[in-house]
Amino acid sequence: MAAEQSPKIVIVDESPIRAAILEEGLREAGYVDVQHIREMHNLLARIYALDPDVIVIDLENPSRDVLEQMFQVSRAVRRPVAMFVDQSDSEAARASVDAGVSSYIVDGLKKERIKPILDLCISRFNAFSKLQDELERTKSALEDRKIIDRAKGIVMKLKGLTEEEAYVLLRSTAMREKKKIGDIAQSIITAAELLK
Amino acid sequence: MTAHPLHIGFIPLVDAAALIVAVDQGFARDEGLDVTLVREVSWSNVRDKLNIGLFDAAHLLAPVAIASSLGLGHVKVPIVASFNLGLNGNAITVSPALHAALMAEVDGDPFDPMVTALALSRVVANRRKAGAEPLTFGMTFPFSTHNYQLRFWMAAGGVDPDEDVRLVVLPPPYMVNSLASGHVDAFCVGAPWNSVAVDLGVGHILHFVADIFQRAAEKVLAVRQDWSEKNPEVLAALTRAHVQAAGFIEDPANRDEVAAILAQPDRIGVSPEVLLRTMDGRLKISPDGVRRESRRYLLVGREGAGRPDPRQAAWLYAQMVRWGQAPLSAALQQTAEAVFRPDLYDAALGVVGTVNNDIPDAVGAFAGPAFDPQNIAAHLASFEIANMKG
Repeated sequence: MAAEQSPKIVIVDESPIRAAILEEGLREAGYVDVQHIREMHNLLARIYALDPDVIVIDLENPSRDVLEQMFQVSRAVRRPVAMFVDQSDSEAARASVDAGVSSYIVDGLKKERIKPILDLCISRFNAFSKLQDELERTKSALEDRKIIDRAKGIVMKLKGLTEEEAYVLLRSTAMREKKKIGDIAQSIITAAELLK
Repeated sequence: MTAHPLHIGFIPLVDAAALIVAVDQGFARDEGLDVTLVREVSWSNVRDKLNIGLFDAAHLLAPVAIASSLGLGHVKVPIVASFNLGLNGNAITVSPALHAALMAEVDGDPFDPMVTALALSRVVANRRKAGAEPLTFGMTFPFSTHNYQLRFWMAAGGVDPDEDVRLVVLPPPYMVNSLASGHVDAFCVGAPWNSVAVDLGVGHILHFVADIFQRAAEKVLAVRQDWSEKNPEVLAALTRAHVQAAGFIEDPANRDEVAAILAQPDRIGVSPEVLLRTMDGRLKISPDGVRRESRRYLLVGREGAGRPDPRQAAWLYAQMVRWGQAPLSAALQQTAEAVFRPDLYDAALGVVGTVNNDIPDAVGAFAGPAFDPQNIAAHLASFEIANMKG
């Protein structure tokens, strides 16, 4: 890396968290020149102002089509750009699309120099998705806890049970009906509200 | 027999109607297909996911299907189309300021594209004299009908699209905001975005593309050529489902039902009323409520619209040549024409199709000589403004 100057990388991503995760990964790997564009308005002008060697964009971004204009030879386009695709390596293309990221190289940056960047983007994008899934799961677990607590309260009051007994009743019902305890708790709350 | 699973990508535009109705109205299921529709945000995504096999088929810009088969701008993946999802359907919308400037220069019928193109050339000249920035026009993709339609129109009036104005790619959902904020002065896009701009009071519909061309191939049902060869029965079934859906859409008795299907949030997701305007070709063209009608605004299946016409593929290829996206060669032209497959359409229906003869050259442009696919070089030489390679 020391021998060659670090390529300038621009991340086009409306998600600041994902961009930060990606940027951190790139910096750790020694790519010191990383910029982030969040604002899609006038995207091409913003990119030209930064004049990057590599552009990384997430696939949920409609502005991907704007980047395709940079493949064209025209007055509006200063330096031709190509999408990084290795024609011989369809697995790599698939991994990239699966991860939800696409990369473009400006003015013939060598393939062996972009490959590690792309690999890093793929792994960081995947890490972000995993993080998001975990966050979702934690959120729903928290929701479940609240619902179960409310249902326990209803059962305790109606049947004169202790908290421990109410929980055991919910759990054994869930097991018998092959349902999640959160779902049983939700039905109790719904029923209680109906019968108010 | 279990249904054959298919993943099909689409962009939320009204010309995806035949695909959406084929699935949601059950025509695909009746043909033994279990289709999952995947709504996408960019043509690049649709193209890439079709190319690498994440999609079995896609609602695709006809020029992207051709560019993919020619290997222009991206990986070369041969694509074939057994069904044409729509003819026409786009419109050119301009900002109130540009509309006023054009109307001040119009000399004749403002619905005549030659009159407006000449007016545009005078507006461009006036701006240049005044030292103003060139006008900016938004379109949806480098390989798009919108790009070629804008270029054809303005060049007929003497405006060089590469010298006198700026053409920029904008994703359709951003068009209206960009017009409102002054980032672009005009755009060419499909429904519903022109109507959205008019309803918000930020644009005037200057032309329906049907004013500029009688028959402009717009979107196709695209599949990879190798996939079509491995799955001929599935493709035939899918094509039949589309023919059924197109017939259903074009029956005025079904219009409300079709609009309700398309309006669903995971489909096109705009109000049924806007969708009806598009399908009926009765559009509000200015914020003060003026309406205009055209039976040719969008053709889905009517007048043989569903059957791909290789002459239209040749015409699209000729535009790529005219504007420097592709070199001119007989081999490339042949490859482009082979993307549009009327034979697959006929085979699916078990009929020998007929060519629609209403428009002798298959395109019916408002300016220039009739299109001659036998001699694209001579055809293009007849246009004063072009930007050919080498």
